[in-house]
Amino acid sequence: MSDLETFRAEARAWLEENCPAEMRTPAKGDDDVCWGGRNFVFQSEAQKLWLEACVAKGYTVPDWPKAYGGAGLSPQETKILRQEMARLGCRSPLNSFGIWMLGPALLKFGTEEQKVHYMGQIARGEIRWCQGYSEPGSGSDLVSMQTFGEDKGDHWVVNGQKIWTSYADKADWIFCLVRTDKANKYHGISFLLFDMETAGVSTKPIKLISGNSPFCETFFDNVVVPKDQLVGEINRGWDVAKYLLGHEREMISGMGGDGGVTSIGAAMKAVLAEEPVLRAQMALFDVDNLTFRAHGERFMDEWKTGKAHPAYSNLMKYVGTELNKKRNELVMSIGGSQALEWESERANGGSKARNWLRTKANSIEGGTSEVMLNVVSKRILEMPGA
Amino acid sequence: MAMTLNDDQNMLRDSARDFMASEAPVTHFRKFRDMGCKDGFSHGLWKQFAEMGFTGILIPEADGGMGMGQIEAGIVLEEIGRNLSPSPFLTTSVAAVEALKLADKAMRDRWFPGILAGETVIGIAIEEGVKHRPEKIACVATRSGNGFKLTGQKQFVVQGASSDMLIVAARTAGAAGETDGLTLFAVDKDAAGLSMEATRLVDSAVAAHVKLDGVQVDADAIIGEVDGGWSVLSKMLDAGRVGAAAEMVGVGTGAMDLTFDYLKTRKQFDRVIGEFQALQHRAAHLYGEMEGARSIVLKAQSLMDEGHAKAALYVAAAKAKAGLACNLAVREGVQMHGGIGMTDEYDIGLYMKRDRGLNEFFGDAYYHADRVATMNGY
Repeated sequence: MSDLETFRAEARAWLEENCPAEMRTPAKGDDDVCWGGRNFVFQSEAQKLWLEACVAKGYTVPDWPKAYGGAGLSPQETKILRQEMARLGCRSPLNSFGIWMLGPALLKFGTEEQKVHYMGQIARGEIRWCQGYSEPGSGSDLVSMQTFGEDKGDHWVVNGQKIWTSYADKADWIFCLVRTDKANKYHGISFLLFDMETAGVSTKPIKLISGNSPFCETFFDNVVVPKDQLVGEINRGWDVAKYLLGHEREMISGMGGDGGVTSIGAAMKAVLAEEPVLRAQMALFDVDNLTFRAHGERFMDEWKTGKAHPAYSNLMKYVGTELNKKRNELVMSIGGSQALEWESERANGGSKARNWLRTKANSIEGGTSEVMLNVVSKRILEMPGA
Repeated sequence: MAMTLNDDQNMLRDSARDFMASEAPVTHFRKFRDMGCKDGFSHGLWKQFAEMGFTGILIPEADGGMGMGQIEAGIVLEEIGRNLSPSPFLTTSVAAVEALKLADKAMRDRWFPGILAGETVIGIAIEEGVKHRPEKIACVATRSGNGFKLTGQKQFVVQGASSDMLIVAARTAGAAGETDGLTLFAVDKDAAGLSMEATRLVDSAVAAHVKLDGVQVDADAIIGEVDGGWSVLSKMLDAGRVGAAAEMVGVGTGAMDLTFDYLKTRKQFDRVIGEFQALQHRAAHLYGEMEGARSIVLKAQSLMDEGHAKAALYVAAAKAKAGLACNLAVREGVQMHGGIGMTDEYDIGLYMKRDRGLNEFFGDAYYHADRVATMNGY
């Protein structure tokens, strides 16, 4: 048996033994997902056990180095572990912006102390992070942001406002872009980390068209941030932010229901049989969905071996989010009037309608589709012009 | 397996790319088109394919071939597509070889050496109507002597009139619409009762309408099992489909590259038209579609090479996606070229014609999207 086959057998056996049966079913919704953090309340004993088992094994972040809470797996081993988890239907033990976004940035730009401290906390699910990027006047044009940190020797005093901060009201810490030099647009931003319980930080949830409030406005009023909470060099936070956005786009591109290739058409056979045009749309969607999964697999294989274009995640973000919107349009069409019900138990509290509306943000957050197309066209296709 | 080419595959790609670009570029295609070549391809080029080892790429090593898989065949096909190189590679070295691999040794020994030498051309005689409907085959084979007598008609037999042998699917039992009861036959081009009318297609390929008027074949002409031809046919068709999809990745990429180069050089309103965001966004979208097509084709090829149970689903999706993406590439290509794109002198229109032919070959995108729906359970 090759090393990888041995690893697959071991991973399978470990999952069989350690993943509780209840954690081998899809999460029932956002409230049923383990986000970790200081204030997280486990929804079940199984959820707690599953997280603890994965933390002990380093499997919340399998490809991170062991010193920072991971299992030190190679890209191939990580892929195999994910395949085996998917095969058993294992839930993700821990969802976290720390894992998806901050961790990779710390790995590249953080000091050794920061890696051990913050990445360890993330891996163990102890601290829940949020991201402070967008501001009311700075959406797609992020670099125009104004939140300012005044230099006070051993600390900064931060004032300003962020918007679209995902789960800011539930997060323990924030990784935040703060202007530290007003004279220099790109090279005047620093990447700071601070506790959301620091005096002067407040949040206000924003109610969306879905009726839910996953985003907040976040206000900073004379917030004191010690200088050792800077990641990377001072005034070079834009480099960290850009790097991290690549990971965010990768993550959002992976959104899409179960994230797999299973067709949603089979369960809706009766409706589709009576509406051939809708069935045809579903069929073309399935072609695109199988294509996107293969595309994602190829992209990850090329990314991990350094063969992918550095701007390629922008393309994946565009394709994946547009596809997810299309999926939800079809779900609504197939669901008919029942999918319109907003509150009833019959319609699972309006989950289809709410998810459909939520997905409209996919092609806005983390860079709009239009910005993604700009980036692809200029950086990958090398089209001329400003 | 990883969805990236390995070192050997990269080497093959480099050599196929250099070979097609130097020996069979678009000027080669134009030359044979403009001379009104009755075959629509060069026999000399087919021999060169053999010298490169391409013709036997899918033939098992035990039979003297390269023993490679669909990924490698697809690498060659992509370069064929990019250069619009006319050849019998897809019909003979991909579809026919996949069927003949399932034939007995005598049959393999009869046809593989000629294919390996670049001397033999084989036509695929499946279609009976204007659309791809393999399960509706009605051509009849009745028992006669030590073999069968074939009666019926076939069409869209690409390079049929230039072929040394036709693989004919006929019904030995059952009724049109059933997958059981089909049998595949290797029919010699000189067989009595076989007649062909060659017809030129929009992309300058030459296809044949074939009449089978009581064509007598011996039992040794059977490929696979009597009445059990569907499994051989499916294997042959899926190889042809994924191959056509790979060629379309080449055609679409070739058209896209021409177009992007044009966007970077053509000036209007005192600037290069590639500066206009309206065109940039369409270019980026097209690139995404072609990248998706490339990915699903590679996935389908690798699943076929593994003998994976889901291979047929992915082949159908790949043929559909490659067809839709390549079609977008040639339509955007002609439009973005403006008036010059409508001229025969400029190459982009040739890509548009080739796309049309390949999209139809072995089933169009809608046919295969419908199969995806069926295989997905609705």
